[in-house]
Parts: sequence; C-alpha cells; structure tokens
Amino acid sequence: MWTWIHKLGSPPHAFRILERLAPWLGWAALIVILEGAYWGLVRAPADYQQGEGFRILYVHAPAAWMSLFVYVLMALAAAVGLIWRIKLAHAAAAACAPVGASFTFLALATGSIWGKPMWGTWWVWDARLTSELILLFLYLGYMALRSSFDDRDRADRASAVLAIVGVINVPIIHYSVEWWTTLHQPASVTRLAKPAIALPMLVPLFIMLAGYQLYFGWLLCRRLQGEILRRERSAGWLKEIG
Amino acid sequence: MSEPAGLIGAMRLVVRRELTLAWRRWDEVTQPLIFYLVVTTLFPLATTPELAVLRTVGGGVVWVAALLSSLLALESVFRSDVEDGTMEQWVLSGQPLAWLLLAKVVAHWVMTGLPLVLVSPAVAAALGLPGSVWPVIVTSLALGTATLSVLGGIGAALTVGVRRGSVLLSLLVLPLAMPLLVFGARSVEQSLAGQSAAGPLQLLAAMFFLAWSLGPLAMSAAMRISVEG
Repeated sequence: MWTWIHKLGSPPHAFRILERLAPWLGWAALIVILEGAYWGLVRAPADYQQGEGFRILYVHAPAAWMSLFVYVLMALAAAVGLIWRIKLAHAAAAACAPVGASFTFLALATGSIWGKPMWGTWWVWDARLTSELILLFLYLGYMALRSSFDDRDRADRASAVLAIVGVINVPIIHYSVEWWTTLHQPASVTRLAKPAIALPMLVPLFIMLAGYQLYFGWLLCRRLQGEILRRERSAGWLKEIG
Repeated sequence: MSEPAGLIGAMRLVVRRELTLAWRRWDEVTQPLIFYLVVTTLFPLATTPELAVLRTVGGGVVWVAALLSSLLALESVFRSDVEDGTMEQWVLSGQPLAWLLLAKVVAHWVMTGLPLVLVSPAVAAALGLPGSVWPVIVTSLALGTATLSVLGGIGAALTVGVRRGSVLLSLLVLPLAMPLLVFGARSVEQSLAGQSAAGPLQLLAAMFFLAWSLGPLAMSAAMRISVEG
C-alpha cells in the first residue's frame, strides 16, 4: 500500500498514469456532457414559471458546484503537499486553481445571464451570486500569490497556507453573506428558491454534473502533466519518453 | 548572561520592544490613523453632506475605512524585522514562533487598531450617527480590527518577501475579511434601528476567537516559509 503511494508520488510514474488516464476521461466527459445537454436542453420539460429560460440551470448549477468542489480539492492537495512534503500534491493544487477560477467565472456569468430575464437585471446582490464572487476573489488571490514568487518551492508552500486558511473561511463567508442578504432583501429572490425540482428535470442535472466532473478530471490530468513537465524539465526520465 | 526567558517572559519582551520602537517611530503609528480620517472624509464629499443621508451609510463607511486603514498598517508589520534579521533570530530562538508572532500582533494592534477604535466615535459623530450607537461601533471595531490583525498578519507573513507586497496583501486578505465587514456594519445598522446588536457582535466575537486561536499557527507556518525559503 505505502510503496504504491510512494510510487504514485514519483513524477515519471505519475506522468505515465496520467497519460493513460487522460483519453478515457476526456472521451467519457464528451459523451456524458453531450448526453446531459440533450436531455437537459431538449428532452426535459419546460418550467411552468420560467419557461425555456430555466435550461441554463444545466450549465450554471454544475459549474457552481464544481467551483466549490475544486477549491476544497485544491486546499486538500495543498495540505497534503505541505504536511507530507509531496511535490506532486503541490503541482496538483497549482493545476486546480485556474480551472476552479474558470468554473467560478462560468457560474457567475451564467448566473448573471439567467438573472436578466428572471430578475430583470444582470446582477443582484443575491447570497449565492455574492459568495460566488468572493470565491472568485479567493481564487484570484491564490493565483496572484503563487505567481509573485520566483522560487517554485516557496510559491508552493506559501500558497498552500493561503489555500488552507481560505478553505476554513469559505463556510464563514458563505453563511455571513447568506445572513446579510436574507436581512436586506427578503422577498425578491424567493421566486428562484424553487420547491422540490421535478425528477425529469433533476436527472439531466446529475448527468451534467457527472460530465463536468469527468471534464475536470481530464483537464486536471493534462494540466498536472504540464506542471510535471515544467517542474522536471531538466530530469533524465523525460528523454526516455521522447 | 541572563537566564533564557520563559514563554511569557519572551512574549513580554517582544511587546515591550515593539512599543518602544513605535514610540521612537511615531509617524508609523499616526499615519494609518490619519489615513482613516481622510478616507472617512471622502464619503461625504463623494455623496452628500446631508447628515440624514450619511447616517444611513455611516456604519458601513466607518467599517470600510477601518478595514482599509488596518490593512495599510499591517503591510509593514513584519517587514523591518525580516529585513534586519530579527525574524531569523526568532525562528532560531527555540521559543514557539506562533506565540512570539502573537505577541507582535498584540503590540501592533495596540498601536494601530486601538487608536482607530478610540477615534471612531468622533468619526461616527461627524457622519451623523447618534451617541446611542457609539458603544456598538467601538465594540464591533475593537473585535473586528483585532481579528483583522491576525488575518492580515497571516497575509503579511506570506507576502513579506515579495515585491509589490502591499497590493497583493489586500488582494489576499480583503476577501477573507468580508464576513467581518458584514457583521460589523450590520451591528451598527441594527443598533441604529433601535434593535439589539448582540447577534452580530457575538458572531464577531466568535470569529475573533477562531482567528486568535488558529491564526498564530498559520502565521508561524507562513513566516517559516518566508524566512527559511
């Protein structure tokens, strides 16, 4: 068991595993997302209040969910890297950040586009939108800190501390913002706080979520390979691969 | 050679050293305070001089200005110590670094946070906030700036060796400090509306204890990375 983990932590070994894993994840992501898009955008019934407009949910909700998931994953990877001094875990955290920031941005953009027909404005200071915005700032701060060091080892460890502090703060930020908006604007958003969502609408959502997960897995594989190449560019084993 | 100081003794020495240094470099203490006053002056100029209108946003203005001013002061909290090698001695001293940094942050708060808390009733009065909300403003700012000192201390320890660290520090710490702003401004608002501000104040106190118990550990981890790297 331990030797297996140690082997996994060695860059050449990990690189080969990722190389083998990536195409599977990539093709699976493509198929599942197409499937989810078909069921969500074509087959799911239109919402009785929001009409066809609600279908952006199938892009928006998985992105919002992934934005948090990636942040937690990034903080976990950073903690593993910091505690056990595993370089590969730091590389994984570094690979996560831009992807997570992109998911956050996608969730914000689609939420804003969704808000235009539903609320009549591009932006409202709604709890979910606002905490998503703060999450984007957290990602940007993490990336800014990482890029401001010349020494990669220091960048890894410093940004790992920030990611861990950030992940403790994420629930606090979430609940503070939620509390803040419920006190300020009681009725305007309840239209979107739907009652239990109907099953034919829910199933495509889960398919899309699985598709996003697979897509993220593929992206992570490729980005991690890129990180490994950048970090190991002078290593001998790279010549063997060609 | 005197006996090596115990933990409490070492912390006391750190606090005394910081206060002595602050006494000798007085401008570093007054500048954040002046900045605070200047920023709060900007808001009436930018919006309206009418006190009735200012009163509605007064709590928020006081809080935003306090947040920015504290961050400005925190930017240099560890810089001179790292540059002249004092921090390396602390790391090597065998005393727990987290406690030494905590003492440093306490001293820093006494010099920059406390004056800001003390002048805030004057600022509040200038913004048309009635005397009945002053106790809430003072309490919430005291808890908030103390919490921010630890959050900013973590950020300052991370960015101490970095070029253009001050912008970066704000970028790192402000998102983390947003809950403080929410609860702080909210407590003033509730008190202004004649309600009890106990709820937000208790939440601020909870964040204060969380930051002061776990924060020094993060601060010392960050400082080791900055000094040893």
